[in-house]
Amino acid sequence: MRAFLAAVVLSLLVAGAVAGELRGTGDLGVVVERADGRLLVVEHTGNSRLAEVEGLGDLSHASVVFSRDERFAYVFGRDGGLTRVDILEGRIVNRVMQSGNSIGGAISQDGKWIAVSNYEPGGVRVFDAATLEMVADIPAEYAPGKFSKTVGLVDAPGNQFVFSLYDGDQIWLVDMMNPRKPRIKRFENIGRAPYDALITPDGRYYIAGLFGEDSMALLDLWHPEKGVQKILKGYAEHDEKLPVYKMPHLEGWAMAGEQAFVPAVGQHKVLVMNTGSWQKEAEIDVHGQPVFVIARPDGRQVWVNFAYPNNDTIQVIDVESRRVIKTLKPGKGVLHMEFTPRGERVWMSVRDDNRIDVYDTSTLERVKSLPAKKPSGIFFTDRAHKIGL
Amino acid sequence: MPKALMFLAMWALTMSATAEAVTAERQTELRNLVHQDCGSCHGMRLTGGLGPAITSRALQDKNHEFLFATISEGRHGTPMPPWRTLLTRQEIDWIVDYLKTVETQP
Repeated sequence: MRAFLAAVVLSLLVAGAVAGELRGTGDLGVVVERADGRLLVVEHTGNSRLAEVEGLGDLSHASVVFSRDERFAYVFGRDGGLTRVDILEGRIVNRVMQSGNSIGGAISQDGKWIAVSNYEPGGVRVFDAATLEMVADIPAEYAPGKFSKTVGLVDAPGNQFVFSLYDGDQIWLVDMMNPRKPRIKRFENIGRAPYDALITPDGRYYIAGLFGEDSMALLDLWHPEKGVQKILKGYAEHDEKLPVYKMPHLEGWAMAGEQAFVPAVGQHKVLVMNTGSWQKEAEIDVHGQPVFVIARPDGRQVWVNFAYPNNDTIQVIDVESRRVIKTLKPGKGVLHMEFTPRGERVWMSVRDDNRIDVYDTSTLERVKSLPAKKPSGIFFTDRAHKIGL
Repeated sequence: MPKALMFLAMWALTMSATAEAVTAERQTELRNLVHQDCGSCHGMRLTGGLGPAITSRALQDKNHEFLFATISEGRHGTPMPPWRTLLTRQEIDWIVDYLKTVETQP
């Protein structure tokens, strides 16, 4: 009874902290409850839920970026909704419907601009981060009258945004020095059907995954004049290509030392690539088709989740030996993982079991579960200070 | 209310055609599959994403055979994969009926 009372008092204290008392935001984050259009505000010091924010619309495939003060979350919904949420107060500050169908966004290096990647109408729109007023509209017209769905939108140093044209086979580099008149550099014929992209943590290389061919497209942002280079050409040419039941994600790509770990499209493999030569060094056989392949912040482990019907499993790869050291079965529909800033814990959403699980990354044991309704993405505020996230 | 009744009637029809093959429990799983997993490309509300919208309105001009073949065999040259190794014929029939009748708009 006493323990119960203590727990009640503690939870009241924590809830109070978010509502009114002084509190930092460095250990906060949000979890997307996509079916209900709701965000959970969570904290990873005590691993608890702090608040719920309702009314965010269709959150299929929703993603989030944070303001540089780590107080505001910008939420990109499928229905074109762009919402600015105050995570300390647990409320929506501002919300605009900016398109018919969107897929994610980015915040500029200086924190002043929010770019949103749209499927319908195909292109990117840029908004003032404080007011959500639109400052630039960049239709992805790749041929006269033809507009492409845009994917893989990230921020890059020099106050730039970079994105790819799924239907147009292009990469566009957008300079936001004059936000109302962005300068656009187009790279054409970069490879068939870029489905997602990432930027390396140092902000130098932009790499798009290609659905239509066995390679990736690399753009060196220090030397854009050199154009786009194909890397990992023919990585699957000797293997049977399987149907893909979920597109891999390249965000938060695992870079560990000189090695990068990437999902192989249509194969039960993680590829290891040398980041000096961009050549494939090894393949690691895994349980299914990888979706997220992400490194623990210290780069010693890589955690992998999988496409349907293997989405009940997580595998942990030891980077040094390049071997799978643990296979976990958290439950059905493991959609996303997020490490705490220094990597001692990883949170994962177990969609069909309506749970968030927290694992200790040294013992590889579950240390806590939190209820969440059909959770998908998990986003911690330390993303605010990472290029490309 | 008439809308709801019509929906119920259509649902009952669908049920009678496929009830023998697809249990109620399995129907719940398939409904979840459609929204959550097909939804990863077509949107949880089926209003489209990287793949096209597959709401009943979007599919009204497509016949059963076409939709069955699309789900069963996939669409060559697009990311749409074949589902025949993961679903039975009866289950694909059920999904086609479900897509044609369910109200998926928010």
